[in-house]
Amino acid sequence: MKKIILILFCFFVNINFANSLIEVDITRGNLDPLPIAVSPLHVDPKSEKYKEIRIKELGDEVSKIIENNFRDTGLFNPLKKDAFVQKPDIAHLKPRFEDWRLIKAQALITGKLLVKDEKLKVEFRLWDLTASKEMMALAFTTTPSNWRRVAHIISDKIYERLTGETGYFDTRIIYVAESGPKDQRVKKLAIMDQDGSNTKYLTLGNELVLTPRFNPASQLVTYLSYFRNLPRVYLLDIETGIQEVVGNFPGMTFAPRFSPDGKKIIMSFAQDGNSDIYTMDIESRVVEKITEHSSIDTSPSYSPDGKYICFNSDRSGRQQIYVMNSDGSNVKRITFGSGLYGTPVWSPRGDLIAFTKVRKGKFYIGVMRPDGTGERLLTENFYQEAPSWSPNGRVLIFYRETKSNSKGEGFTAKLWSIDITGYNERMIVTETDASDPSWSSLLSN
Amino acid sequence: MNFKINLRNIVLVILASIVLSACSTARKASDSTSGDVYTGKDTVEYLASGVPDRVFFATNRSSLTTAARETLRKQSTYLRKNKDLSVTIEGHADERGTREYNLALGEKRANAAKDYLMTYGISGKRISVISYGKEKPVNTASTPLAWSQNRRSVTVKVK
Repeated sequence: MKKIILILFCFFVNINFANSLIEVDITRGNLDPLPIAVSPLHVDPKSEKYKEIRIKELGDEVSKIIENNFRDTGLFNPLKKDAFVQKPDIAHLKPRFEDWRLIKAQALITGKLLVKDEKLKVEFRLWDLTASKEMMALAFTTTPSNWRRVAHIISDKIYERLTGETGYFDTRIIYVAESGPKDQRVKKLAIMDQDGSNTKYLTLGNELVLTPRFNPASQLVTYLSYFRNLPRVYLLDIETGIQEVVGNFPGMTFAPRFSPDGKKIIMSFAQDGNSDIYTMDIESRVVEKITEHSSIDTSPSYSPDGKYICFNSDRSGRQQIYVMNSDGSNVKRITFGSGLYGTPVWSPRGDLIAFTKVRKGKFYIGVMRPDGTGERLLTENFYQEAPSWSPNGRVLIFYRETKSNSKGEGFTAKLWSIDITGYNERMIVTETDASDPSWSSLLSN
Repeated sequence: MNFKINLRNIVLVILASIVLSACSTARKASDSTSGDVYTGKDTVEYLASGVPDRVFFATNRSSLTTAARETLRKQSTYLRKNKDLSVTIEGHADERGTREYNLALGEKRANAAKDYLMTYGISGKRISVISYGKEKPVNTASTPLAWSQNRRSVTVKVK
């Protein structure tokens, strides 16, 4: 995976920050998505062949990826291309605004690309059709194999310009791919682009693997593996494929996550019937015990500034969420509602903690402030858990399992995402059944 | 007319038999659990004649019931007689909890069984534990009965 290349941005037109331009408000559920036209990118006829990439169709393909990204946010409504009135190359020079307004588009994306000397050059523009103005123009050069990432990066730039928030399209999801009957499930680590394409399997399925999590700062992943029937936390470098066990613990280690700077792993260690929370510094291997309590303490997650840790514990008698300082001091229970609370995950923005709630036989994904106030349940189902945040803290991905019948049939596990407003719940299509998703940081940062 | 009455009788008989069979299956389910701890024999295997291999737990609990203690005493007697034998105790949870909590819970259940065997004189060196959380259900249905059978610790001979 050494293909993470340098992308050269060159701003060739100043971004226009005039106030009158269109803006998308993403703080509320958007019931009136912005109509946007994504013109196919014009492919320069001087383009040369490059490996197996179908150059002629590349302009269409890139625009389709951008369209799908925008549709999936729930904030935009990409218009059908058969209504488009201008050729891509001409529209890219200067659109006839009145023609595009006729099809009710409010924003237009145009672009062109050239594949030459083993390089892909792409430029695109974003037009405000209401104000008849160019809002943004960017160009960059990369290796042609990265064309999908180019589409995601363009999507991120436009999303940022229109919403004022960082995008999350040039990202990946690591998860557990599942197959086989429920009592003989085969589980493999898998990684895919955020939109479900480019799936790669990272383990063979010989041993049980669970709960992979991305390092926010690198290409490392931490997860639980039952290699040689010893459940332990492992580190995997997804560029080199090198795996190693984390620490030298005499019993099960599980529930790993990275610290926000990526330098530590926080996890549970279970011994003699008691699970406590520990950290290990990846470089020095120094292990620290963070909680000391005879109850189950697990599912730890750092606040983005690294100062606090949220976790779940049944020290009150039932599974609830607690927050403490990162050295383990000042433990405070934050959930007091009816039901059980688990899997707390701190938002990368710091403002919310996402969690799983179990109440009266139903499972909920919800968010609350780090002091436990403002609880909002986003979705209810027979079984769902393990939310993971998009890097901009706007979207949660989680997994959902269906009920089996009395013969144990009909079981499925799928990945779902939902906007933190509670709108736009949708399933992410994966090649196999899937669980335990973890969202990467933006790759192009 | 006669025909009509007959038909109605037949319908009544069918309805009655459906209701009766529903009752009998319902009774069967409640017969095999106490509280929500499984007390039946359906998924149970045996280490030797009369020595069940597993004990069952209440939801989110790892304390041993009276029946569980009885089973574990039988296991300890068997292990005292077979001094060369080592065992692994597998701890399991049902599918109605979060994955990580269930891993911890499975570990706690397996250790509850291990501790009890040790109080009956079995050396801790002969007993290893492993938690599978909710990963290895013995009954794959999504029913209260299946969940009660899956909340278990199983003593397995090490070959």
